[in-house]
Amino acid sequence: MKKEITLKINGEEYTAEVEPRTLLVHFIREQEGLTGTHIGCDTSSCGACTILINGRSAKSCTLLAIQATGKDITTVEGMATAEGVHPLQEGFKENHGLHCGFCTPGMMLRAVELLEKNPNPTEEEIRWGISGNLCRCTGYNNIVKAIQYAGAKMRGEELPSTEPEFID
Amino acid sequence: MIPASFDYSAPDTLDEALKLLNELGDEAKILAGGHSLIPMMKLRFAEPEHLIDIGNIPDLSYLKFEDGVMKIGAMTREVDVEDSKEVGKYFPIIHDVAKLIADPQVRNFGTLGGNLAHGDAANDHPAIMIALGAEVEITGLEGKRTVPIDEFFYGFYMTAVQESEILTEIRVPIPKGKFGNAYHKNERKVGDYATGGVAVQLLLDDDGVCSHAGIGLTNVNPLPLRASRSEEALVGTKVDDEAIEKAAQYASEDCNPSTDLRGDEDYKRRIIKVLTKRMIKKSLERALS
Repeated sequence: MKKEITLKINGEEYTAEVEPRTLLVHFIREQEGLTGTHIGCDTSSCGACTILINGRSAKSCTLLAIQATGKDITTVEGMATAEGVHPLQEGFKENHGLHCGFCTPGMMLRAVELLEKNPNPTEEEIRWGISGNLCRCTGYNNIVKAIQYAGAKMRGEELPSTEPEFID
Repeated sequence: MIPASFDYSAPDTLDEALKLLNELGDEAKILAGGHSLIPMMKLRFAEPEHLIDIGNIPDLSYLKFEDGVMKIGAMTREVDVEDSKEVGKYFPIIHDVAKLIADPQVRNFGTLGGNLAHGDAANDHPAIMIALGAEVEITGLEGKRTVPIDEFFYGFYMTAVQESEILTEIRVPIPKGKFGNAYHKNERKVGDYATGGVAVQLLLDDDGVCSHAGIGLTNVNPLPLRASRSEEALVGTKVDDEAIEKAAQYASEDCNPSTDLRGDEDYKRRIIKVLTKRMIKKSLERALS
């Protein structure tokens, strides 16, 4: 019953035998050992398993590994380059965009596509853009700031302040 | 959660897919975007023995505006209509719904064809296609046939698409003259199914009299529902407050919602009444602007 698939993950080619029922997230985590992609709800609600397939953000718990045959996948392990971390990674770090970090890989990969389609999104567009990703720690405000920070950095503009705002 | 075992094929042409489907009969299921089917398979609500993935068939994903009709290829993803300016020109209703279907990742994969072929009255496109008076093209080995949307839904998860057939195209007549359309659903949170949803399209003549009305309701009936009495209450009027009130009242009476976690029957009827009013008014505004 196993079938051979070939796909690229973070630029590297992988060939493997999979059962058709193997979910893409299990393939990435268990067969290839890339555990940066998380499994949260396992019901396509939380977005922790978000990856990019040919540049499109996708919930890898709701795709079969075999559907990714011939496709180009990016996981959180592929975000940083030799020059350093991705602007989104920097944004999340500088703005405290994470507490426990469980949602962060999915959040960042979703934001990669969001900023690519809309390099200068409004706050509302960011909030709609990450509506398929749940975070139970931050209350989202710092995630929105992290994405705004990354957007500014990618546009080559002055970076917004990362000082926390205190509300009296 | 992992689905039960199945075999998998991903043919490159529609013809191959149809042949395979004919051979395998009810053992096989078509996999389009997979964002309804795969969750069901993971929960073991569905255990098909064979999946035929039509994602590799190149000519099933398109948007064409020709012969007075918008033609949507079955594998066109939600995100493709969401991003299309031309769709927004005639069908702001489709941009209304785009934001309300699941979430961006799901819309990157979910298809319009799958949304209809799944045959679930809780999905949003059925009510929209009812309001817009769409037709569905179904292809089998013997050829193509076209089914009006009102004859498309048979029952829960059952549609006019037979075991050996594939839904290939959705055709939506492009409205002419003064027209407006709008959709909204009440949902508890992003990604939830509708507590109730209402799709409306109005056509007006030069004097502002409603010459045609289409109204579809989401998730308040075993089948996607056309609110016929509401439509009749608008046609021939200037869509004044009295006509709108009547149409909204009829929609709330004619639907058959069931009490569940999203609310009781009475609450859902009220949702439908309010949304019908609002969507008629929004369509009217769009028609007059």
